[in-house]
Amino acid sequence: MEVLKLATAGSVDDGKSTLIGRLLYDTKSLTSDKIEAIQQKSEQLGYDYLDFSLATDGLVAEREQGITIDVAHIYFSTQNKSYIIADTPGHVEYTRNMVTGASTSQAAIILIDARKGVIEQTNRHFFINNLLRVKTVIVAINKMDLVDFSEERYNQIKSDFEILMSKRDYQEQNITFIPVSALKGDNVVAKSVNTPWYKGKTLIDYLETIDSQALYNSGTPRFPVQYVIRPKTEEFHDYRGYAGKVYGGELSVGDEVVVLPSQTKSKIKGIQFYDQEVKTASRRSSVTITLTDDVNISRGDMIVKANDLPTVDKQFTATVSWMDTKHLNVGGKYVLQHGVNRVLAKVDKIHHKINPDYSGIDQTVDSLKINDIATVSFKLNKPVFYDAFKSHRTNGSFILIDTLSNNTVAAGFIQ
Amino acid sequence: MKNTSQINPLENEAIYIFREVAAQFEKPVLLFSGGKDSITLVRLAQKAFYPASIPFPLLHIDTGHNFPETIAFRDRLVKELGLELIVRNVQDSINQGKAKEESGKYASRNTLQTVTLLDAIEEFKFDACIGGARRDEEKARAKERIFSVRDDFGQWDEKNQRPELFDMLNGMIEHGQNVRVFPISNWTELDVWSYIQKENIEIPSIYFSHTRATFLRDGLIWSADDDVVFREEDEIVEDRVVRFRTVGDMSCTAAVLSEAKTIDSVVEEIRNSTISERGARIDDKRSEVAMEKRKQQGYF
Repeated sequence: MEVLKLATAGSVDDGKSTLIGRLLYDTKSLTSDKIEAIQQKSEQLGYDYLDFSLATDGLVAEREQGITIDVAHIYFSTQNKSYIIADTPGHVEYTRNMVTGASTSQAAIILIDARKGVIEQTNRHFFINNLLRVKTVIVAINKMDLVDFSEERYNQIKSDFEILMSKRDYQEQNITFIPVSALKGDNVVAKSVNTPWYKGKTLIDYLETIDSQALYNSGTPRFPVQYVIRPKTEEFHDYRGYAGKVYGGELSVGDEVVVLPSQTKSKIKGIQFYDQEVKTASRRSSVTITLTDDVNISRGDMIVKANDLPTVDKQFTATVSWMDTKHLNVGGKYVLQHGVNRVLAKVDKIHHKINPDYSGIDQTVDSLKINDIATVSFKLNKPVFYDAFKSHRTNGSFILIDTLSNNTVAAGFIQ
Repeated sequence: MKNTSQINPLENEAIYIFREVAAQFEKPVLLFSGGKDSITLVRLAQKAFYPASIPFPLLHIDTGHNFPETIAFRDRLVKELGLELIVRNVQDSINQGKAKEESGKYASRNTLQTVTLLDAIEEFKFDACIGGARRDEEKARAKERIFSVRDDFGQWDEKNQRPELFDMLNGMIEHGQNVRVFPISNWTELDVWSYIQKENIEIPSIYFSHTRATFLRDGLIWSADDDVVFREEDEIVEDRVVRFRTVGDMSCTAAVLSEAKTIDSVVEEIRNSTISERGARIDDKRSEVAMEKRKQQGYF
C-alpha cells in the first residue's frame, strides 16, 4: 500500500487540529469508541458541535493548555493510500518541531485563517517547508464559513501568498490553494456547495493524486552501509553482505561501483531482500548487497556508482536549524551524524543568521540560540561523502549531537 | 529475478530500524509478549539480518496470567527459529516484595510488568529494548519516538524528547540509560494484520474464532476459563463464539464476538471494524491518561 507522509503547519487557533479531526472523521478513520469520546467531551465543554480537535490532542499538559507541544503522529487511510500526518505545533518557539515534521514529509498543509489572512507565522511555515524542500505544499485557507465563503477574500489571500512564493528558494515546489471549512467540512473530503466559484479538488482528492513513490528520485543512488552481515555458518561460510537502504535512485546487479572512503572499485555481485535474490534494488528498499571483490567495508562507508561520485571532503557550509537550549558557538565541537556515518565536527564560522520569514534581513551573530536558522561552516576530523541538499535530500542532510548530553541539537542542510 | 520496486515502505523502514539497533547498541533485546505485534517484529528481524540469525535474544515479561495458547506458541516459535529466550516473572517481583498484587474486581498485573522489566534491564544491562508499540494505538504513543531514551529509572520524559530528522536515528546514551525502540511505530493495526496475511505468519489460535466460556462486564466479554479474572457471583458464565483482537494479560484483555476463523476473514473484519483495538483493553479505560502515566513510569 502506498504511504504518504504529511506535515501540517498552522498558528494557534487556525483550526489545525480540527482539520485533522475532520479528515479522520470524513474518511471514516475514527472508530465509534473514539467518536463517542469526542461527543462526550464536546458536550462536557458545552459545545453544540463535535470538537474534532479532541481527536488529536495527546498529552496531559496539552489538554490543560489547549496547545500541541510536540510532534504527534496521526494515521488515516483511504482505499488507495495510507496517510501519516506529523502534526506539528505552529507557535514561534517550536520551529524545531516544524523542521522535524517537514524532514520526514513528502507534502505539507499550511493553514491560514481566512479572517486573518497571511500573517508573519505563515511566512515562517512556508519558509521552513521550502527550506526543507517538501515537494508539495497545500495552502488550506480555513474558516471560509466565517467570511461567507467569499471568493474575493480567498483571491486576496492567494495573491498575498503568491508574493511569498516569488521569494522562495526552491522554485520547483508544487503549491496549491484550497478554500476549506474544517469545522463544517467544506472541501475537506466532500466538495462544498458553498464555493461554486472554486473549480479545484477537495483536500483529500488532491492528496490522492500525489505519487509518493516518485518523489525525491534524483536518479543518483547512494548506499550507506549500515551493518555488515557475516553469518559464519557452514552454508554461508564466506558470505559478507552489506546491509543498508538505497537512497536517491536504483542499484542493479552488475553495476560498477566505488566504495568510499577507500575509493576501491568493484561490481555488484548480488542483491538480496531477505531470502530472495533480486536484480534491482529500488529507492528506499532495505537490501543486502554483495560485491565481486573482497573489500574491507564497515558501517558508515558508502557504495556509489563509479560514474556518479558524491563530494568527499573534510569541510562544508550548511544551513543549520539549531534546536537546543544551550547555544551553538564558534569553536564548538559536536558529533556530526551524516546518514549512518558519525564524525567529529568543529564550528568554523557562523556566517549569518537567517530570519525565516522572507524579511530578507540577515544578521551577523556570534552564537545561535534555540530555533535560530543560520549559515554555518564546519571542519570535520574525517571526510564525509555528501551531495548538496538541493540535489539529494538524504545525502545532503545531517544532525549534530551534543557530546555531553547526547541530545540531537541541530539539523543541517549542506549547501 | 525480480526487483524490489513493489516495496512496502513500512517493512523497509522497520528493517532499517532493526539494523540501526544492531549497529548502535551493545546489548539489545526484543521484548516479546506472544502477541501479533511482537511476532511481526520477529519476522522483520529475521529479514533484517538474513542469512545470519537474529543477533539478540527475546525477553518475555511473564505476568503469570498469560493465555496458555500464547505460552505454547512462544515456546514453539523460539525452538523453530533457534532463538534465545529470556523469561522473567512478575510473580517473582511480587514474592520479592517489589511489586504489589492489585486486588478487587479490576485487578490486573499489567502495570506490575514495569517493575519486572526494569529489573531485567538492570540484570542483563540491556541498552536497547525493542518493542511492538504503534503510534496509532493510543494518544501518548502517538508522541513516541522511534528511538526513545529512558533514564536510569526507566522513565519517559515526554516533554524533552530528541527530534528525529529524516532517517537519522541517534542512539547515543550514557551508561545506565536505555533506549526503547519501536520499529513498527508507523504501522496501523490493519497494516500489521495485512502483513501477517501476506507473509503467512503463524499466530496463536486465540486470535481466531473459537467457543469459549465467558461472562459480560461493562459491555466487554471476559474469559471465564480460569481463576485469573475475578468474577462476581452474579456475572453469569456463557459459551460464546469469540476471538481476541489484542492479546495481553488475561486480566485486562477482553474478547470480541467473531466468526473469523482464518486470517483472510480477520483482515476483512478489522477493515470494517468501528471499534478501536484498545477499546477492548481495560488497562487504557482506567483513565484518559492511563498510558501516559504508565509510560512515564517505565512501561513501554
